[in-house]
Amino acid sequence: MPALSSGPAVAFEQVGKHYGDAAAIDGVSLTIAAGTFVALVGASGSGKSTLLKTVNRLVVPDRGRVLLDARDVADGPAPALRRRIGYVFQDVGLFPHLSVAENIALPLRLAGTPDAARAMAMLDLVELPRAVATRMPAELSGGQRQRVGVARALVTRPGLLLMDEPFGALDPVTRESLAGAVKRLHDELALTTIMVTHDMAEALLLATRVIVMAAGRVVADEPPAALLAGAGGAAAQALVAVPRAQAARLAALSG
Amino acid sequence: MSDAFARVPALAAQHLLLAMAALALALVIGVPVAIRAARAPRLAGAVLGFASLVQTIPSLALLALFYPALLWIGHGVPALGFLPALLALTLYALLPIARNIVTGLRGLDPAVLEAADGIGMTRAQKLRLVELPLVLPIAMAGVRTAAVWTIGAATLSTTVGQPSLGDLIFAGLQTQAWTLVIAGCVGAAGLALGVDLLLGVAERAAGERRWKRAGAELLLLVAATAAASTPLWRGGGERRVVVGAKNFSEQYILARLIGDRLTRAGYAVTYRDGLGSAVAFGAVAGGEVDVYVDYAGTIWTAEMHRADTPPHAEQLSAIADWVQKSRGVTLLGALGFENAYAFAMRGDDAQRRGIGTLDDLVRVAPQSRFGADLEFLDRPEWAAIRRAYPLRFASATPYAPTFMYRALESGRADVISAFSSDGRIAADRLTVLADPRHAIPGYDAIVLVAPTHREDARFLDALRPLIGRIPVAAMREANYRVDRDRDKQSPEAAARWLAARIGL
Repeated sequence: MPALSSGPAVAFEQVGKHYGDAAAIDGVSLTIAAGTFVALVGASGSGKSTLLKTVNRLVVPDRGRVLLDARDVADGPAPALRRRIGYVFQDVGLFPHLSVAENIALPLRLAGTPDAARAMAMLDLVELPRAVATRMPAELSGGQRQRVGVARALVTRPGLLLMDEPFGALDPVTRESLAGAVKRLHDELALTTIMVTHDMAEALLLATRVIVMAAGRVVADEPPAALLAGAGGAAAQALVAVPRAQAARLAALSG
Repeated sequence: MSDAFARVPALAAQHLLLAMAALALALVIGVPVAIRAARAPRLAGAVLGFASLVQTIPSLALLALFYPALLWIGHGVPALGFLPALLALTLYALLPIARNIVTGLRGLDPAVLEAADGIGMTRAQKLRLVELPLVLPIAMAGVRTAAVWTIGAATLSTTVGQPSLGDLIFAGLQTQAWTLVIAGCVGAAGLALGVDLLLGVAERAAGERRWKRAGAELLLLVAATAAASTPLWRGGGERRVVVGAKNFSEQYILARLIGDRLTRAGYAVTYRDGLGSAVAFGAVAGGEVDVYVDYAGTIWTAEMHRADTPPHAEQLSAIADWVQKSRGVTLLGALGFENAYAFAMRGDDAQRRGIGTLDDLVRVAPQSRFGADLEFLDRPEWAAIRRAYPLRFASATPYAPTFMYRALESGRADVISAFSSDGRIAADRLTVLADPRHAIPGYDAIVLVAPTHREDARFLDALRPLIGRIPVAAMREANYRVDRDRDKQSPEAAARWLAARIGL
């Protein structure tokens, strides 16, 4: 774990969000140290995405608050907050009318500091050839698109990276390669990273801390090694059991 | 042929100016409203519902409805001409523009919008950088539809006194001068295709993000419209007057006859052709038209709501008093002929069945089909006639005047509501039925002059020689020159012939 981080510490204080009568998040309190790679794991509807989006105010909680380095995210205008936070999500959301380079450079334009060279350098960082800069998003593969999404999220040098099922729509090979790239960027840029995933194997392999959610609550909060050693309770262990059994079956086949 | 097409450029310019002004106004109103509506489902329902409702109103009626609406507003707001046409066409153009923008904005990929929020765009940035560029192609498709509709519907602005290519079409339909109709249609279609082409090229250029090219095309359209409007900025020295005409040959001829005299007196004359009967009197009272010819019985029944039928001289002086007192309009005098409603039958048919009067007609009406002009069945004269003669026809069908004669000739109608000054009565050997109960009031042709010219000696002196000068035979002959199927003349030529015939 890097001792020095460019990213902020993140704290959730009694955060709750209801949609009608149903609680999406039910009073979550967490503190995440600067520089941590956290995976939020859970089944669909467990509230993990909703919790993530309270950080950049794409979701506004009904109660409680979210702090970045002791500063409430609700202070000040939302666009200014979001420009300090990288956000990557499953559907990527590249702007179809802009080229790859323009997509990556857009956050810099919004910040009033356009920098074409920086946008090109981001292509190197996410391991894309510079030739794709002039292409339109529709001409890219799914994996290339998500790499552009990551480049766009990090172009303004945010300290905090939020990822919502970032690899969910990718094939396994692409997924593995992109996950490696993200992990490397997290370390190199000394980010604080929060990644939502339903894939426990991905969480265990990438994160330094795995938080399991069910029905809007945190049901386990452990380092990967502890989860593999049996900690975290029944719900967490049920999720760990799936990749473990798959690994065992693969080992048996090859053995 | 070339005469008809010679009128196209000037009218096309007016036509383009009107349609583009309406399109621009619809954009100015429609774009912001549609953007708001896309974010508020209820507003969207209201806006699109209203715009769709407008589309269900026939465009001719929509244009006509603005006349009483603007008249009601009053305060010097012109009820005829450019303004009502502009407003009606703007309403018409709103639907495709608003609908496409709302649909386009609603259909945007939610992931793209989430990304726009996620990277910290403000609402205005999101609109400018993401939503509008993405919605542009579908919005442009709506604008193109609106442009084509507007140019098509602008032909109807003729009926509210705004010159357009519709002038040719309406005049051509009335006088069966098909080259005029074709000239008007070709002109309007050419304009629509041209504008659609320019917008299409601009749209494609915008899609390929070649903004200069797109801008150049739009600039060309603006420049063409501006160029089209330049003749309207001239003027100055000459005094401009407007001569009105309702929508039939005699009116076109008399308008040219009056116009020629005014031109010779040094006025710059423009014509408002094809005015509806009800619109025409309001137009002269409101000053949108300086002079036109109406008929005593029309004012008597439709404006004064009188049902009695006094002797002609008495009726004329009563009308002169009334138009002066109530609307400030001057009745300069009667032209000398009458154009009354006259029930006419095929001569041989009338003879065979022994019918010479409306009383005789009552007997055979149940076995007869009645062909009326477009407004007759709703006119008070028809009600008055039925009070005097209990006519019950087997059927009653309204026709455009020209087609009404055709219907009688071909046997689809047995009786028609003809006009006594019509040249076709003699030419087609029709029998005009007598009115022994005097149910039909006098229809002397009268010259009505707008309030502004009440004391205008130069203007009135130019017209005075026409008073009492036109016998019905001369008028019939002039009308027939325009209405006949072979060797047709234009109303201008017929007016010149008439002037010579009456020695002016």
